[in-house]
Amino acid sequence: MFSYTTDTNSEDCNIIKPINKKNVKQAILGIRPCDSASFGIVEKNFDTEEYKDPFWINSYKATTFIGLACDNPDSTCFCTTANSGPFDEKGLDILLITSGDSFIGKILTEKGEEAAKIAGWTTEAPANSVSAIEKQKKEAESKISSSISTDKIKNKDTLELYNASFWEEEAFACINCGTCAYVCPTCWCFDIQDEISDKKGIRMRNWDSCMFPLFTLHGSGHNPRDLKYQRVRQRFMHKLKYYQDKYKSGIQCVGCGRCIRLCPVNIDIRSICDIMNS
Amino acid sequence: MQNPYLPYPVRIDDIVTETEDKNLKTFKFVFINPEEEKKFSYKAGQFAELSVTGKGEIPIGIASSPTEKGFVKFTVNKVGLITTHLHSMKKGDIMGIRGPLGNYYPWELLEGKNIVIIGGGFAFTTLRSSIIYMLEPSNRDKFKEINVVYGARVPGMLLYKDELSAWKKRDDINMHITVDSTDDPNWKYNVGFVPAIVGEKVPKGNKDTYAIVCGPPAMIKFTQPVLDQLGYSHDNIIMSLENRMKCGIGMCGRCNIGEKFVCKDGPVFTLSQLNKMPKEY
Ligand SMILES: Cc1cc2nc3c(=O)[nH]c(=O)nc-3n(C[C@H](O)[C@H](O)[C@H](O)COP(=O)(O)OP(=O)(O)OC[C@H]3O[C@@H](n4cnc5c(N)ncnc54)[C@H](O)[C@@H]3O)c2cc1C
Ligand code: SF4
Ligand code: FES
Repeated sequence: MFSYTTDTNSEDCNIIKPINKKNVKQAILGIRPCDSASFGIVEKNFDTEEYKDPFWINSYKATTFIGLACDNPDSTCFCTTANSGPFDEKGLDILLITSGDSFIGKILTEKGEEAAKIAGWTTEAPANSVSAIEKQKKEAESKISSSISTDKIKNKDTLELYNASFWEEEAFACINCGTCAYVCPTCWCFDIQDEISDKKGIRMRNWDSCMFPLFTLHGSGHNPRDLKYQRVRQRFMHKLKYYQDKYKSGIQCVGCGRCIRLCPVNIDIRSICDIMNS
Repeated sequence: MQNPYLPYPVRIDDIVTETEDKNLKTFKFVFINPEEEKKFSYKAGQFAELSVTGKGEIPIGIASSPTEKGFVKFTVNKVGLITTHLHSMKKGDIMGIRGPLGNYYPWELLEGKNIVIIGGGFAFTTLRSSIIYMLEPSNRDKFKEINVVYGARVPGMLLYKDELSAWKKRDDINMHITVDSTDDPNWKYNVGFVPAIVGEKVPKGNKDTYAIVCGPPAMIKFTQPVLDQLGYSHDNIIMSLENRMKCGIGMCGRCNIGEKFVCKDGPVFTLSQLNKMPKEY
């Protein structure tokens, strides 16, 4: 984020300065539709009326998203009931669809058009592409075997859900490893740390997670989320309830299923969602 | 695009050790660039991130009042990494402050009302800001009766002692200073815990009387039933929270209580608002 010197002989000693970072245009090639849909969810946090996070916004704007549609969703995917889908176009500039040994690129935005031009993707798609893609999309969607319902959560009383008796039991196996948050495309929490060597310092931002007790530990030793179940509750409540409360626009999840696949103790957001929604 | 993470450079203009245990120091900062002092236009109740190179940032309530010009003041308790480093810094050192951040006591609403300020320990900082603000000659008429209950463990732990005794002499503010205990035979104020003094000295609640309560959790816990008994509605009890913070602008995610961020939607909440929120503070 920033740099500084602590050299007392320097005029700028201890003055914190922005690092002149040029936001060079970049493209992410092959991003999955669920991942690109997540940016729209995260954007609400970093681009607000009161404050704008220039680091996030500038690199987001400088990026072209060239997605790759999913033909073989996993058994843990539930994107079609969580803001996205295997052929979802949200947040993408181009959607690539596998077609035999090549790809058909569906150009979605001006940015996408520019990228296609630069890449030299000029061959016209075959005439029947539209219907072929539609068919392929239906096939992919039909392979998605799991779903979630969040309709009731929206109107439930927040405190009632927060105080519900199931949290301790649901969180019992969790080892607070933070993997679920690490792989989650919609988890945005971060820390800010200073690092200094030989009087040259930087202030940087790094990944952090609400699964760790240090995240909320006060200087006094008091911790509002001291217990494991309180942190597990925070993570799921944030995704499935608080986010809905705050933005009135669906949940903070795109159904990628990574947390389900990677959790070492098999905690499954779909079943938590079921309990919360019932 | 204004970078909300970039601190303004300031110079430490003065450092005062406030308490006998030397754990609390008040830092007076002067802005290096005068135009940034104007940008740092704040109201009583707000906080800022104090920024120390090589160490990091900490959220601290603004102890000076918007009516005091040319400097800003913060009173810092020595507890951990950054506060300890700050305590070792000297007059003339350069550091940064970022803000003002958060909301403030609802001054528009408080105009024309009786104000009761209840503070304990070192949480008196933004309450000092509020008192100075209300006592400013051009502001004093905007408020009716002002009562202040302020307590510390022992006399040597009270902050801003010179100001406390000056306020005690005035007739437009009722000061109820108290200590938990003392063996000082010359102690001329109250002895007793804050909740007890509140019960004895504070006027009864009505729709035109607002209590601003800041202090350690135990004080808050035992003061609330007393205010309930005195008839204060929970809409008329205003509190300030201190969750751990980093960004201070509602982005890093750590200070949330439910859908609210203490740094951006708070730190000031009414008790009615807090009653509807998870108890994560
Ligand atoms: C709105 C608000 C107003 C406040 N007002 C005041 C006030 O007026 N006066 C006052 O004295 N206090 C105030 N506080 C409390 C004050 O912010 C804390 O006491 C202070 O942040 C403690 O900082 P520290 O570095 O000394 O403590 P530490 O406990 O050392 O932690 C502070 C930072 O150091 C880093 N750190 C320390 N240990 C570790 C570790 N083991 N692993 C990783 N990182 C670590 C972290 O980045 C952490 O954020 C206020 C707090 C809030 C939220
Ligand atoms: S991945 Fe599983 S065990 Fe690890 S923190 Fe998340 S829920 Fe807990
Ligand atoms: S301190 Fe970062 S969200 Fe409040």
